Amino acid sequence: MTTTTTPVVRKPVAWGRIALHVGCLAALLVMLYPLAWLLATSLKPADEVIASLNLLPSHLEWSNYKTALDGVNDVSIWRLLSNSLLIAGGAVLGNVISCSLAAYAFARLRFRFRGPLFAFMIATIMLPHHAVLIPQYIIFNQLGLVNTYWPLILPKFLATEAFFVFLIVQFMRGLPRELEEAARIDGCGPFRSFFRIVLPLTRPALITTAIFTFIWTWNDFFTQLIYLFDPEKFTLTLALRSFVDASSTSAFGPMFALSVIALMPIVLFFLAFQRLLVEGMASSGLKG
Amino acid sequence: MTTTDISAPAAGKAGTTPVPKRRPKRESQGPAWVFLSPWVLGAIVLTLLPMAVSLYLSFTDYDLFNPPRWVGLRNYVQMFTEDPRYWRSVMTTLTYVVIAVPLQLALALGVALALKSMKRGKGFYRSAFYAPSLLGASMSIALVWRAIFNDGGTVDNLLGTGGWVNKPGWALLAVALLTVWQFGAPMVIFLAGLQQIPGELYEAAAVDGAGKWRQFLSVTVPMLSPVLFFNLVLQTIQAFQVFTPAFAIGAGKGGPADSTLVYTLYLYDRGFVASHMGYASAMAWVLLIVIGAVTAVLFRTSRSWVFYASEGDR
Repeated sequence: MTTTTTPVVRKPVAWGRIALHVGCLAALLVMLYPLAWLLATSLKPADEVIASLNLLPSHLEWSNYKTALDGVNDVSIWRLLSNSLLIAGGAVLGNVISCSLAAYAFARLRFRFRGPLFAFMIATIMLPHHAVLIPQYIIFNQLGLVNTYWPLILPKFLATEAFFVFLIVQFMRGLPRELEEAARIDGCGPFRSFFRIVLPLTRPALITTAIFTFIWTWNDFFTQLIYLFDPEKFTLTLALRSFVDASSTSAFGPMFALSVIALMPIVLFFLAFQRLLVEGMASSGLKG
Repeated sequence: MTTTDISAPAAGKAGTTPVPKRRPKRESQGPAWVFLSPWVLGAIVLTLLPMAVSLYLSFTDYDLFNPPRWVGLRNYVQMFTEDPRYWRSVMTTLTYVVIAVPLQLALALGVALALKSMKRGKGFYRSAFYAPSLLGASMSIALVWRAIFNDGGTVDNLLGTGGWVNKPGWALLAVALLTVWQFGAPMVIFLAGLQQIPGELYEAAAVDGAGKWRQFLSVTVPMLSPVLFFNLVLQTIQAFQVFTPAFAIGAGKGGPADSTLVYTLYLYDRGFVASHMGYASAMAWVLLIVIGAVTAVLFRTSRSWVFYASEGDR
C-alpha cells in the first residue's frame, strides 16, 4: 500500500530477465530433444523404440553398438571410419592450401583483371552445385576416377569452394600492410612475405577453414552418393544410407548407434572449437 | 569494397600525398598468377568448362555410354509441357522455400534479439543454438527426424498426428522443420550485426520519446537490414538446393506420393538413376537461371529497404 511513497532501496527483481532465461532454456530443451532422443534410442532394446513415450530406455542395450561396430554390408566400421577420415582430411588439406594461395593474391597482389576475377569468384559462391555437377561427373567418369576418392578431394586442391577464399581474403585485408612493406624494403619477395609473414598471421582464418571443411565434408551426402558405389569405399554417411529405404524397426537400435558414431567427430569438433566456429560464421556475414 | 581499384598503382596517389615516401617499385604480375594458378585451373576446368558442357548437354540425349545426340529444345519442351513430375518437383521446392526460409529467419532474428541484451549466458546460448546448424546437415539427424515424425514417433504421440512422414500433405513440412531447426547460422550472423549497432542510436531515440517497438522499427530494422539481406539471399539460395533431408524423409524417392520430391532429388533421379544426363543438365540450367533470377530480384528490391549506414559518410 505504501510502496509508492517509500523510495526504492533494493533493486527490483528482474522478472523480465528471468523470463528471458526461462524462455531460452525451454526453447533449448525443445531444440536439443532430437539429440537426446538419438542418444537414448541408440541404447534402447528393439521393442521400446517406437510407440513408447519414455525417452529413457528400461535398460541400456549395449548390443546395438556391438552390432553397429560389426559394420554394414560386410564392411567393418573401421574401414568406413577411415574412408570418411581420408576424404575429410584430404579436403581440409586441399582447401587450406589452395584457398589461402588464391586469397593472398586477391587480398594483396596486383594483377590484370583483379576486379572482374574477384567478382567472378564471389559469384561462384552463389552458383548452384548442380550446374557443374553433371559435366564434372562426366569428366571424372572419362578419366576413370568414378568410384575413387579423387572426385571428392581433387576439387578442393583447386580452390573451388569460393566461400573459404572469401573468408580468408576478408581476414587478410584486416592485417596491417606495414609489415609486408617493411619486409619488401628488406628485400622480401611476395613468396617469402606470404610464407613468413602473412600466412602465420592468417592462422585463425585457416583454422576456421579447416574445421568447417572437415565438418561439411564429413556431413556431405550428395557428392559421396553419386561418386562412390563400392561398399568397401563407403563413408559412414553412405553406410547410413542403406537404412533409408529399410522400413523394419528391428534395425533401429543399431542404426541409431551407427548414427551416434557418425556424429561423434562433429560433436567433438563442436565442443572443442565452438567459439571459433560461431565467430567464423558471424564474421562471414559481416564486413561483406 | 575497394576490390575494383586495379588501375591505381601507388604512383597515382603521389600527387595528392604531400610526402612522396617509400613507394614500392611496380612489381611484375608473375607471382600473383603463381598464387592464383590452382584457383584459375579450378575455375576453368571445374566451373566454366562444366557450365558450358552442361549447357551443350541440355540440348542432347545422353546416357553416359553412347555419344550425346543433339535433340534441340526437346528436353526443355518435355520438361515444361509433358512431365508432371517435373512441375511437381518445382512446386514442392517453391513450397519448401516459402515455408522454411521465412520461418527460419524469423526464429533466428527472434532469438538473436532475445540474446542481444543478455548479460549472462549469452555465449552459452549462442553456441547451444548454433549446434543444430552443424549437426543437422548430417544423414544421422535426417534419420532421427524421420523417426520422430513417423507413425508412432514423438510428434505423433504428442499431437496425435498419425505420422507426417507417411502423409502426402504433411511430409514436406517435416523436411521444412528440419531446416527451420537449423536457424543457428543466421542467428549468429544476426547477433553479430545487432552488436554493431551503436547504443547512442537507441539513447537518442529514447530521448525523442520512442518506445521499444518504435526503436525496433526505426533503429534496429534499418541498421540490421544489410545483415537481414545477406541472410535472406544465402538461405534462399541454399533452400533451393535442399537434398539430404528430403532424401532421408522421402525414403530416397521423394515419397509419399512425390510430396517430398524436391528439385535436386528429381534431378538426381533423372541424371544418376535413370541416366538421362541431357535432361538432368537442362534441369540444372533452369535451376541456375531461377536462382540467378531470384537473387537478382532480391538485389533489385533491396535498394528500397536495405540501408547502408556508411553511405552517408562517404
